[in-house]
Amino acid sequence: MDRVNALLRRLPVGAVYLAGVLPFVWTFGRGLTGGLGVDPVKALEQALGLYALQFLVAVLAVTPLRRHLGLNLLRFRRALGVLAFLYMALHLLVWVTLDLQFRWAEIGADLVKRPHIVVGMAAFLLALPLALTSNDAALRRLGGLAWRRLHRLTYVVLPLGAIHFVMLSKTWALEPLAYLAAAILLLVLRLNPRRAAA
Amino acid sequence: MPVKSGLKWSDVTPRSVWMNRRALMIGAGSALVAGPALARIDAAPSRYSTDETPNTLEEISSYNNFYEFGFDKGDPARNAGGLTIDPWSVTVDGLVDRPGNYNLGDLIKDAPLEERIYRFRCVEAWSMVIPWIGFELSHILAKVGVQPGARYVAFETLLRPSEMPGQQRDNFPWPYVEGLRLDEAMHPLTIMATGLYGDELPRQNGAPMRLVVPWKYGFKSIKSIVRISLTAEQPPTTWNKLQPSEYGFYANVNPGVDHPRWSQASERRVGGGFLAPRIDTQMFNGYGEEVAHLYAGQDLTVDF
Repeated sequence: MDRVNALLRRLPVGAVYLAGVLPFVWTFGRGLTGGLGVDPVKALEQALGLYALQFLVAVLAVTPLRRHLGLNLLRFRRALGVLAFLYMALHLLVWVTLDLQFRWAEIGADLVKRPHIVVGMAAFLLALPLALTSNDAALRRLGGLAWRRLHRLTYVVLPLGAIHFVMLSKTWALEPLAYLAAAILLLVLRLNPRRAAA
Repeated sequence: MPVKSGLKWSDVTPRSVWMNRRALMIGAGSALVAGPALARIDAAPSRYSTDETPNTLEEISSYNNFYEFGFDKGDPARNAGGLTIDPWSVTVDGLVDRPGNYNLGDLIKDAPLEERIYRFRCVEAWSMVIPWIGFELSHILAKVGVQPGARYVAFETLLRPSEMPGQQRDNFPWPYVEGLRLDEAMHPLTIMATGLYGDELPRQNGAPMRLVVPWKYGFKSIKSIVRISLTAEQPPTTWNKLQPSEYGFYANVNPGVDHPRWSQASERRVGGGFLAPRIDTQMFNGYGEEVAHLYAGQDLTVDF
């Protein structure tokens, strides 16, 4: 594991950002060329939501991986978090533009009446301050303690995202429940009372 | 009353369609995939057809909710190829004069085929325009003789897990069942579709015979039918059994009654890639003039 960590130290953080936007470029490109089937809007919207969930899982996996396996990904956690937010924002953007096509009355009604959309939007709004403070200047201004407290909102954002996914499925499908299970597992792993501050 | 006549299902395909298909195979076969249906089909045109541009055959046959072949909309096109549709028999029972186990070809051989270009609105808020070939359900009902006590028609999809991989999972109450009130079933807009775009119905679209009720959400239009029962009581329907608060027995397209989890005010018309337009959903999917009278006196927010 030390050798893995040594190799990881040589990997520039920029590479993670670059690799992180590739799924979007790939998916959007496939949509343009017919690779997403005959309803590419829905496919893109769902893919972006899934990538957001996957990056959120990755963010929350960083600490347990370090604690239990000794794998140190701390340097990349900010990039993973920013990418998670990017995919949440793109998911929302596709919903408003390509899917609902700026039908503000319907968007407004959905935001009030649809529980899964309320939950998803709550996850986005809670993630927004985290994205805005994911830089060294904000960390200095807030101070380490306040910054860490604020960023514990991630513990809420991931379960909300997973619940959003579970709620919009027509049946009890396996995939959304797997994300919910992952979210619960990643939170339970943090319940070690001796290390409550981690 | 088992019937064996030697007639095969393929024997009922109208000559015009066969000729049309041969011409296509000789000519540019791929033109069928892209072009609108009207110009190439000899099945009798219908005054009930919309003049909207139909979706392409590829769109109609690659984006299907047919859980018998998997939950993903691409699964039916991938997994339905092995379904045996010939021979095919349909059991007709309940309150009918001539119940029996009919060979499909015998059951429908006298029914006049028409092309019906219908709007198709899924409960998931997407829609297409589909050039079905079929005949009015009332032809079958007249043939088997509806008894006076009958008030509903129940339908059942094939149960054959060996050829329908989705049925190998037990998280769904197979077989799929649906139903109509008798007046809905007798309405001239209600058809049994056996073809699409001048050819036999693709398996993923419900071959060899499916219901099409254009003013109702798509899940009412049950596919690959093996049983038709006339009943006095309202029959159970699959989605209603699964989620009674979300899917009613009637399931008429209604922009004013939301699905509990999403709006039904508008729909995305499939086609056009990322720029597929979102359009307003019409009451009864635009067939109100023909069918609204069926529901006079009913509160459609209760009977949704």
